Amino acid sequence: MAGLVIVVLVLLASIFAAQLAPHDPLEVDVYNRLQGPSWQHWLGTDQLGRDVFSRVLLGGRIALKVALVAISVSMAIGLLLGMMAGFGPAWLDRILVVCFDTVRSFPTIMFALAIVALTGPSLNTVIGVIIITSIPVYARIVRTQTQALRDQDFILAERAMGASTARILGNHILPNIAAPLLILASMDVPTVVAMEAGLSFLGLGVSPPTPSWGSILNDGYSYIRNSPWPIIAGGIPLILVTLGFTFFGESMRDILDPKLRRKGGSS
Amino acid sequence: MGKPVLDISDLTVSYHTERGHLRALRNINMQIEPGRIIGIVGESGCGKSTLISAIIRLLAPNALVEEGSVLFKERDLLGLEPEAMRGLRGDEISMVFQDPMTSLNPVRTIGQQMTDIQYRDDRPKAEKLARAARMLDRVGIAGPTEQLGRYPHHLSGGMRQRVAIAMALMTEPALLIADEPTTALDATLEVQIIHRLQKLQRDFGCAILFVSHHLGVIAELCDDVVVMYAGEIVESGATRDVFLEPKHPYTRKLLECDPARIEKASRNLPVIAGTLPDLADLPDGCIFRPRCDVSIDNCAHERPTLDGGDHCSACHVAVP
Amino acid sequence: MLSFITRRSLLSLLILFLAVSLLFAMIHMMPGDPASVLLGPRASPELKAELSQRMGLDQPILVQLGRFYADLARGDLGVDVFSDRQVADIVFEQLPYTLALVLVSIGGAMLLGIPLGCFSAIKRNSLLDRVTAVMSVAFIAIPSFVVALYLLLWLAVNWRWFPAIGAGADGDFVDQARHLVLPAIALGLGWVGYIARLVRASMLEVMEENHIRTARAFGLSERTIIVHYALRIAILPTVTILGLGIGSMLSGALFAEIVFSRPGIGKLLHEAVMTRNYPVVMGSVLVTTAFFVLSTLVSDIVNAALDPRLRESERSS
Repeated sequence: MAGLVIVVLVLLASIFAAQLAPHDPLEVDVYNRLQGPSWQHWLGTDQLGRDVFSRVLLGGRIALKVALVAISVSMAIGLLLGMMAGFGPAWLDRILVVCFDTVRSFPTIMFALAIVALTGPSLNTVIGVIIITSIPVYARIVRTQTQALRDQDFILAERAMGASTARILGNHILPNIAAPLLILASMDVPTVVAMEAGLSFLGLGVSPPTPSWGSILNDGYSYIRNSPWPIIAGGIPLILVTLGFTFFGESMRDILDPKLRRKGGSS
Repeated sequence: MGKPVLDISDLTVSYHTERGHLRALRNINMQIEPGRIIGIVGESGCGKSTLISAIIRLLAPNALVEEGSVLFKERDLLGLEPEAMRGLRGDEISMVFQDPMTSLNPVRTIGQQMTDIQYRDDRPKAEKLARAARMLDRVGIAGPTEQLGRYPHHLSGGMRQRVAIAMALMTEPALLIADEPTTALDATLEVQIIHRLQKLQRDFGCAILFVSHHLGVIAELCDDVVVMYAGEIVESGATRDVFLEPKHPYTRKLLECDPARIEKASRNLPVIAGTLPDLADLPDGCIFRPRCDVSIDNCAHERPTLDGGDHCSACHVAVP
Repeated sequence: MLSFITRRSLLSLLILFLAVSLLFAMIHMMPGDPASVLLGPRASPELKAELSQRMGLDQPILVQLGRFYADLARGDLGVDVFSDRQVADIVFEQLPYTLALVLVSIGGAMLLGIPLGCFSAIKRNSLLDRVTAVMSVAFIAIPSFVVALYLLLWLAVNWRWFPAIGAGADGDFVDQARHLVLPAIALGLGWVGYIARLVRASMLEVMEENHIRTARAFGLSERTIIVHYALRIAILPTVTILGLGIGSMLSGALFAEIVFSRPGIGKLLHEAVMTRNYPVVMGSVLVTTAFFVLSTLVSDIVNAALDPRLRESERSS
């Protein structure tokens, strides 16, 4: 329950960030730099006098955008590849699995750094890296589920009646995969958000002056001995989002799992 | 005929579950004399397992002993401190379980397990191992010293059960409880194990409480037998008396249904019509009445109790 | 068993080969020639030509790939663009710091997580169990670099309990240990929770099994049963996931090293990326990837070694 509340709050705050922000997040005010919390600046100001609270709100927008784009794209591609691997011929399966394992053999951040070294830092690069490293995760789950379903009687029956592969995949496999996939996606949000924040923290994500929770933390880190507030402020939304979505995902899993077992549990 | 090794009076145990209050054992009365073998017969769900668990006090957390006493050598086990009870287990009261495949620890060798249970002795490890090897020899395991170093999954089911028996008898207990020890084994193996058990019992002189639903084995092994149905004892007495002249309708039907008794080849196995009563919602009167074909009016109102004597049964219609 | 090891090792080798080639290919897939990528768009054509020649970037791709693998076989990971030192030397100089951090984190996580999981299983639904459950999920979810930053802020900068920077003086064991505390906590906290949950679930399962009932029937003390019988079996899944965990640990270690300014592969890689020191980038990623592949291989083998024993017991009867 708490998870759901946090998720909804975060979503609302991010979507309406521009309206909710008391100040312009990019407005510089050097005379008021590194202040603690006050009535004008709820979370204080950073090293350029910018309002941290407004920057945090806008950072939420970015986190949300990254999560939305990255998860939907990697889920879509992962779904496709996973179904191909699980349903198609054995040679295709083997090739795909080797590809998945290869991509997953890189420690994620290292891989991201390598790519960024070549293309230069940008938010789109970050999204791209997250997509590439997430696809194998979705693909594997889809593959396992598809394989499990493939040999069940009702699928064989459909094939005997001449149903095309597309039809089988779309009408029969897909609905059975939907639930675990969605649970995975909601559990993935914290991971994706953390990755974007991490990369931005390393200076490899958003370019200044755009605020991302990671870049706020990075600024705070440079000035850690002057004021603790940017770090505290940048960390709180990350903690809230990761906790909120994780609790939400866990309760989703508890709700959907028993149903899953009853629905698809005939072998 | 001295004092009984085990004297159970009025034992009543129930389970607290979601479905309700399951009255699993009601007014159980039985005695085991030293050195005698007593069998407990009954179908699944009759309360055999609950009875055993109650005796060694390893009942599930949701079980409740509502009344009764279990006297072991005149001490009430139900009133013992947990530590004192633990001291008795594996020393004076031993158990052999039904499933040899899962009853032994998979990641410890036979030797390690057999020395573990000798933890009460202060002797050096080598002596404990030697004692274990001797015991393995007595249960008929070839090459006992090598077997000590092997893991359970290297042994066949029959061998594992022999190991279980060896472990149980190693401390020369006064009472051995065997919970369907041969049910999971094939027939030839079963015969071997039973004969071995008979011999060991003669050597050690322990009392045995032998639970089974295999009538042939009970007939072969046990001096006395107790017939249980849905948590109650419906008949008890010397095995010969009970099996040759059953008094209770349930016992009679059990014997009729024994596949060993089938004289004419037929596709239909004889069964007892009807189902077990719901332990959460027991009927008035005799619990067997719904499935009984000789019941009278009184059976629906008054609950029968065991009439006295060596061969007794709980039935209004039975001839005393 | 031997055939399994061989097959699995070959597969790992194949994957490593593909991964490394992928890295190699990535550079050449980038728009523009590698020299421009390395030196930036403003570099003069002469500078680019010189670098191309120095690094052999003007040769056909397959030749470059061949040279690359030939060098790799000799342990030559290239030369640092700025300092002219062997990349291999630089990388293996930094590796021990990272390994120390990872090992201490894992060790600490196991030391805390296993007993925690054990108690949670024995005292199910007690306060300890419930608090552990919530905290486990919390720390698995929260990114380790945020934890690292907060630890740095409170314990190092604010209260000065622990040092904020570096790995400690060489040869001074206590000093180095002090410098390890905060980064190890940041890295290991999530794992404590994960291990606790895993051990709890395993323990609950094992305690239900028949052989535990046998042990009780023989009067063995509860303590003996828990520690020597149940826990020994319940720990097995933990061992196997650790191999896989090393991968995420390496990523987390990178952040820990940067936040706490510790030497290590992570810091090395980060700096190399910032300065476009491409050979060092490649070298670091290569070594860590190889390490990761190796640890998953070992984990799979250990898993298979422990499993057939239990699997066999079902087949033989």
